[in-house]
Amino acid sequence: MPKFSILASHPFIPNHLILWQFNLYLSDNYSGMTVTNELVEKIANLARLEFDAAETESIKQDLQKMISFVEKLNELDTTGIEPQLHMSPELNVLREDEVKGSISREEALLNAPVRSDRFFVVPKVITRA
Amino acid sequence: MTLFYISEMVDYNKYETVIGLEVHAQLLTESKLFCGDSTAFGAEPNTQVSVISLAHPGTLPKLNRKAIEYAIRMGLVCNCDIAKHNYFARKNYFYPDLPKGYQISQHTTPICRNGYITIRTSHGERQVKLTRIHLEEDAGKSIHDADPQNTCVDFNRAGMPLIEIVSEPDMHSSEEAFAYLTEIRRLVRWINICDGNMEEGSLRCDANISIRPKGATKLGTKVELKNMNSIRNVKRAIDAEVRRLIELVENGGVPRQETRTYDPVADRSFAIRTKEDAEDYRYFPEPDLTPFDFTEEFLQGIKAGLPPLAEELIHKYVHELQLPDYDARVICDDKDRADYFEQIIRFTGNYKTAANLLLGPIMSYLNENNLDIKALSLRPESLASLITMIENGRLNFSVASQKILPRLISDPTKEPSALADELGLVQDSDTANISQWVEEVLSRMPDKVAEYRKGKKGLLGLFVGEVKKISRGKADPKITNDLLLEKLNR
Repeated sequence: MPKFSILASHPFIPNHLILWQFNLYLSDNYSGMTVTNELVEKIANLARLEFDAAETESIKQDLQKMISFVEKLNELDTTGIEPQLHMSPELNVLREDEVKGSISREEALLNAPVRSDRFFVVPKVITRA
Repeated sequence: MTLFYISEMVDYNKYETVIGLEVHAQLLTESKLFCGDSTAFGAEPNTQVSVISLAHPGTLPKLNRKAIEYAIRMGLVCNCDIAKHNYFARKNYFYPDLPKGYQISQHTTPICRNGYITIRTSHGERQVKLTRIHLEEDAGKSIHDADPQNTCVDFNRAGMPLIEIVSEPDMHSSEEAFAYLTEIRRLVRWINICDGNMEEGSLRCDANISIRPKGATKLGTKVELKNMNSIRNVKRAIDAEVRRLIELVENGGVPRQETRTYDPVADRSFAIRTKEDAEDYRYFPEPDLTPFDFTEEFLQGIKAGLPPLAEELIHKYVHELQLPDYDARVICDDKDRADYFEQIIRFTGNYKTAANLLLGPIMSYLNENNLDIKALSLRPESLASLITMIENGRLNFSVASQKILPRLISDPTKEPSALADELGLVQDSDTANISQWVEEVLSRMPDKVAEYRKGKKGLLGLFVGEVKKISRGKADPKITNDLLLEKLNR
């Protein structure tokens, strides 16, 4: 459940993006950890999501299962092996410096949840404390 | 009142300032870093956007070849180590002007590491060490004052190609920071990778500032200062921040690690973020872009295409052309100016007069009319023939610069000698004519002549000026001088 729409350019946070926020945090911080309520809250906050107690409990269990599943990998000795960062062997897929492919402002603003004649409009962002 | 009292008592010299700067330079590519939107400045909001820059699902970025080249250029002129294997990372955070919810940046593998930038201050010349230079994309722009209830977002800037130049905490005064930024601006313009315009935001600077007791080796808690839109403001902001930190510590306070923004009107900074709400950016390799690498030949090709740098030209001007160091440096403040000077000296060997004309009347003309030297229609060839006329004594310098030069600028097709003839400005070196003018001036001012003869030698300038006036600037100043002295001292 998003707290508010975060991406100004389109209204929904894609599901893969939410999942990936979780996976990401776990992969960075993994140390055979147990998933606590605090951890779920922290990740949820980073993903700008809000859960009630029941949801938190169920997510906590899901996450714990994921961790146990991935834990299997720790049994491998990876000493001296370069991490494979990219799935594809492709290299140097570059473009020439040419102006092309832009869309009109009307098209750009078409999916905006809130817009004015020229801008994407979002809730006031406070810049000074 | 208390603060004022404290600042009176504070010994600012007890502390050493440590400054590191992060400079973002927008690259002069035609299109954005990962898609083909135009990078032109000043377009209507949200007209330079695409499904890629707006992060619509299913779209993929593709890296601009030119941006790599520009980043390498900067690395080469800053004496950096260039990484031949590179990949991008995602920096994850939510902000309304960041369409994807992450910024693509070379967080883990900057294309350039180490290196230095040479600065000159009142304490002489030194090298400021760099940590890294990396490529990244810009975010969109939030406009907070267009609408009282909401923030408006313009995505034209989203995806603009930037390099971030990060220095070591290696500067110790606002003067050094000023010199460092000035040098970066000259460098990026010199190698034509960024227009260096701080007001339009194509060059931006954040400062990390801390203080420590003199002699201490451990760094103090740093404050990050943002929102300084001119080099002068960076200097003022650092001065104000250092004052604030010292007064805080002297008053028993402890600096907090925080981000502050500088208000140039109030000449003080305000906290905008403390470390407690520090972001967790969760960097990881960008899966949507392939890694990129390049060969030694590619690198050498870029190196070969670089123009001679300012310091090389300055060395040449001082040692080969015998120009004063000051002239050489002012000519090389700006690449276009140096280019123009290079063109003039292809046609004349009188380098000093060429420098005098360029740095004197031509520069003031450009400044007064707010013109770029590139817009100057004055042909270097005709400037060279003007210089020859000065050399031959057919024109004196002030007539050439005040009367002929403006006409040459407004009508570049004219030849200087034809113009001088037409305006009757060719210098008169005929002793008989000048003698007549000298006599006339002296007879008109008998009292001044008497004063001069009584010892008020400074009046000579007045007589020279009068001769110049009645001859309408045509009297050869050297002969005028000689004749005046001869007649006055008789």
